[in-house]
Amino acid sequence: MSNPSAPGHSPAQGHEGAMHENHGSLRGYLTGFVLAAILTVIPFWLVLDHIIGDFKVAVFVILALATLQIIVHMIFFLHVNVQSEGGWNLMGLLFTITLVVIVLGASIWSMFNENNLMMPTMSVPIQQYHAPAPPHSPGS
Amino acid sequence: MNTTTIDTTGSAPIEFYCRQEPPAHNGTLLGFWFYLMSDCFIFASLFVANAMLGTNYAGGPTGAEVLDIPGLALNTALLLVSSVVFGFAMLEMARQRKGAMLGWLALAGLFAAAFVGLEIHEFIGMIAAGATPERSAFLTSFFVLVGTHGFHVTMGIIWLIVLMVQAGRSGITEVNIRRLRCLSMFWHFLDLVWIGVFSYVYLIGVLR
Repeated sequence: MSNPSAPGHSPAQGHEGAMHENHGSLRGYLTGFVLAAILTVIPFWLVLDHIIGDFKVAVFVILALATLQIIVHMIFFLHVNVQSEGGWNLMGLLFTITLVVIVLGASIWSMFNENNLMMPTMSVPIQQYHAPAPPHSPGS
Repeated sequence: MNTTTIDTTGSAPIEFYCRQEPPAHNGTLLGFWFYLMSDCFIFASLFVANAMLGTNYAGGPTGAEVLDIPGLALNTALLLVSSVVFGFAMLEMARQRKGAMLGWLALAGLFAAAFVGLEIHEFIGMIAAGATPERSAFLTSFFVLVGTHGFHVTMGIIWLIVLMVQAGRSGITEVNIRRLRCLSMFWHFLDLVWIGVFSYVYLIGVLR
């Protein structure tokens, strides 16, 4: 599979080696910290001071801020970029996001629909469940 | 080591394509990254459970009644500071300054330990007030999700102590650098998951 003439483990391969020496910088960590702190304080303020009255709008704003903060953490703390590990870090991340959206998004979607469809049945008076069974299915 | 830095001037074209096999000489870090990606699924499924069951109170306490937002603010700050402090340790590691690195690591561990302590305190308070995991589906999903995160942090602290002992004995060697960078990813990842926990489970939980 792999190219047998591919470069080995020599530390002299400058460009490739540089990819694995990304420990971040002090400025990067402090920038990330300030951004993360701002993005944390805003949703707390929104909730504690009841800024947004509408529930759906509040949920949307809080989730949008959380997504932004996750991206900030990814860039400034986890140092994910297009070049880390030769692009394989981001490739794995994109694959995971795709699967999470498909599998879990679809789960939430279908479960909410199921809940909605179940609700009228649940509110039916209990006697209806004990209505006489049709004559052609006496066993059940 | 510093003679080959990443070009940040923008002159080099930034392209995203995987032009090589995954780097075999550094497979541990990439492999650990994929472990974290699989961990995403554990947390994502627990988030879904919370999304589905978060309003099934079964006549028990609601989120607004049991969730402690001021305590959450302190917990969130502790974990964020712990994450940044761990970053400072990694910077000292890159400079081969063992003492400073161990100091920052110890500080990061203390912040995380305070986080876990506060969380356990919150759990004990909730259980004492009757909001036990078996009270309602909402509380079950809450305790499982937050508890799984807290368990990860606890394991991270143990891992941190082990690595501090190893680095204290044998110094900042190549092997220890690799181990510490894995733990660094784990540490930042848990802070990242916590964003979802405090945003979705707590802040949205008290609204609905």
